Amino acid sequence: MNNKSRGPLVHIVKRGNIPWYKSWLIRGASIVIALIVCAVVTTLLTGENPIQIYATMFKGAFGTPRKIWILLQNLSLLLCISLALTPAFKMRFWNIGGEGQVLIGGLATAACMILLGDKIPNWALIIIMVIAAMVAGAVWGGIPAFFKAKWNTNETLFTLMMNYVAIQLVAFFVIVWEVPKGAGKIGIINQSTMAGWLPQIGNYKYLLNIIIVALITIGMYVYLNYSKHGYEISVVGESERTARYVGIKVERVIVRTMLLSGALCGVAGLLLVGGTDHTITTTIAGGRGYTAIMVAWLANFNPFIMIFASLLLVFLSRGSAEISTIFGLNHSFADILTGIILFFIIGSEFFVKYKLSFRKSAKKEAK
Amino acid sequence: MDNRVPAVSMRNITKTFGPVVANDKVWLDIYRGEILALLGENGSGKTTLMNMLSGIYFPDEGSISIDGKEVVIRSPKDAFSLGIGMIHQHFKLVDVLSAAENIVLGLKDQGRLNMDKVNKQVKEICDAYGFDVDPSQKIYDMSVSQKQTVEIIKVLYRGADILILDEPTAVLTPQETEKLFAVLRNMRNAGKAIVIITHKMNEVEELSDRVAVLRHGQFIGDMLTKTTNAQEMTNMMVGHPVTLNIKRPEPVNPVKRIEVKNLTVRNVEGIVKLDDVSFTANGGEILGIAGISGCGQKELLEAIAGLQPTESGSICYINDDGTEEELIGKDPLDIAKLGVSLSFVPEDRLGMGLVGNMDLADNMMLRSFRKGRSIFTDRKSPKKLAETVVDELEVSTPGISTPVRRLSGGNVQKVLIGREIASAPTVLLTAYAVRGLDINSSYTIYDLINKQKAAGVAVIYVGEDLDVLLELADRILVLCGGKVSGIIPGRGAKKEDVGMMMTRLGGKEDNE
Repeated sequence: MNNKSRGPLVHIVKRGNIPWYKSWLIRGASIVIALIVCAVVTTLLTGENPIQIYATMFKGAFGTPRKIWILLQNLSLLLCISLALTPAFKMRFWNIGGEGQVLIGGLATAACMILLGDKIPNWALIIIMVIAAMVAGAVWGGIPAFFKAKWNTNETLFTLMMNYVAIQLVAFFVIVWEVPKGAGKIGIINQSTMAGWLPQIGNYKYLLNIIIVALITIGMYVYLNYSKHGYEISVVGESERTARYVGIKVERVIVRTMLLSGALCGVAGLLLVGGTDHTITTTIAGGRGYTAIMVAWLANFNPFIMIFASLLLVFLSRGSAEISTIFGLNHSFADILTGIILFFIIGSEFFVKYKLSFRKSAKKEAK
Repeated sequence: MDNRVPAVSMRNITKTFGPVVANDKVWLDIYRGEILALLGENGSGKTTLMNMLSGIYFPDEGSISIDGKEVVIRSPKDAFSLGIGMIHQHFKLVDVLSAAENIVLGLKDQGRLNMDKVNKQVKEICDAYGFDVDPSQKIYDMSVSQKQTVEIIKVLYRGADILILDEPTAVLTPQETEKLFAVLRNMRNAGKAIVIITHKMNEVEELSDRVAVLRHGQFIGDMLTKTTNAQEMTNMMVGHPVTLNIKRPEPVNPVKRIEVKNLTVRNVEGIVKLDDVSFTANGGEILGIAGISGCGQKELLEAIAGLQPTESGSICYINDDGTEEELIGKDPLDIAKLGVSLSFVPEDRLGMGLVGNMDLADNMMLRSFRKGRSIFTDRKSPKKLAETVVDELEVSTPGISTPVRRLSGGNVQKVLIGREIASAPTVLLTAYAVRGLDINSSYTIYDLINKQKAAGVAVIYVGEDLDVLLELADRILVLCGGKVSGIIPGRGAKKEDVGMMMTRLGGKEDNE
């Protein structure tokens, strides 16, 4: 055996419990490194000053009160969908169908607004809208859950496919209800009467959305951590066999949880159509159903940490939109930066769990 | 000890996993032509030490020499090229391939693969040591002992002359164990160095030439088997004297508790796992269940616990006042609602009995979380129960908020049994309650089970160690291929007879 091969150079060692400040130090360091890498990439590719780029990103997200409101509104919607997906994910039910469940909730809301607007009192209309959106979302989430519980179908594919069905349904109804005929879109619904528009609190257009989502956040935290249902969800997620062993009816828990998950996605659709956009298009969810998956995972399914995870993602998307307009850069460049930052943040979790231990006394042996 | 050159000498080997020191400056010599038994409690670092020899882990410190020359073992491949082969507790075979295909799997020989040649070489190895395996038989058709044989041939085929076996007899019947021992003796006589990790003292005394003891990752000592005895070895392992007797108090007025009649069970694939099984289990008595693994023990317990759909027959629970409840067709929740307090310690502790990622308190809650009308769970009483269990059963854990998967096997089992007996059951089902546990933990578990028996609980104890079964059980039911081979009193039962009943219905020897 020659002296060159003294064991592996690096090995990966699992950390025990590390104090919380140390793990946050690692995460913080990863963001700093990500910013440095982004700066290098920016300078090399565009020749722009990276500090300026960061400043612009920041301005784009927080620059004016209006921008902050938009940021908060985007944050609350993304957070709402993330919270909706969380119980399903905790149960290890991979609900990729958030997008479709939001769309179908939005479609139900729009249908109520169009068909019942100005025909019944506004308060009754809003109650019906809430119920319709939640039921529609719940049905959309419940169908794959029922098939999973009954015949153990693959929920990932099933929920994904349901997204496309939802998109096509919305596309169909957009043509049915298009205004004016031949426009191919619905436009603002009930623009003159504002029937079915969710009420505005004071002068703050988005405040209601934000309050509702804040309540859902607290509710979801309590539900997951302190309720019997939440406990059942964790047990089913960790081990179905254990769940059966203690007499939990696994099928029932799966369907129940997905009804909840879908219904909350429906609420997100309601807020989107009734509270913000007042219209419906096939792209109204804007990929949030997928981004929310990342938020839920980044936050390790903790509703409160999800606030920060969604803030990060919304900040990145708002900020990078700003730099692409100000600097005249292609929008893809903003995506590159977002990608680099996310890569480092997700990668840092590896270093929280493991450490690299380098070969000891490598120098001594060279002598 | 003497001036032979050891085949392997490990010096000052240290290995840590995070804060845990698995091996602390261990010295170990392994000689050719000798069988070394490596002893130690769970978590004493035996497997870790051997894994470093076979290239799975790399030591933090220390050196390893083979035949007096210092070597570096970075991967299992390095280990093979040095002639070291390890047979793990869990087999690493591909089910759909034949024995010979598994044996050559991963080897990079020059030229085309010539299966005829391989078959012939395998045959030669078999003949040389007395193995009984058909090289072209598929793994999925094989019994556990045949699979183990394939694993052994696999390392021999690769030219190993230093063999390490990690608890090889845990899954074998007495007859199969005998066969294995004969083969190991043949290999020793052919000059190979053999290390066997085991918990069973009688096997150590019967098979090994030398014994080495580890305790808490440290090397305690080695000696010739001839010059020592089970008591001394156990004391060395545990670090203080322990008594090695299993108590078997006479049952106090046994009452009929569970009556199983003509029970037949098919598994998901439609294979009959239990065939016309009938027996009764009495309160205040331990009913031992013996059988080769996979003979329907799991299905039997799960059927009683309401987890296994049955085809026909009946399982009756008899209340104190003589009224009967049919348990078939009911799930665990229904059974609990009937007021039947039935506890079940399943074979798969972390996959079924507990949730590995949850902490002790949350695992205690598994049985009790439904209590009360509130939609919220009661967190206080599970915490209290967890503390009581930790105290009374001496569970070694950093705290009750540690995930149970971090605990060692013995402690996991204590948590599980502690929870199950906390509900004051009338029936206690246990499957392989001491599998993988060291001698100290095992005796704690036997004590707990005996206490339940004294409290009038009907205990059904599925075990694999016949010696223990014969000492512990009041009656023994022997299963053979899903059928009842016989029910015999535990007192005075002979190991050979039970072993025979495990392989043949009724246990009668065919006179050829």
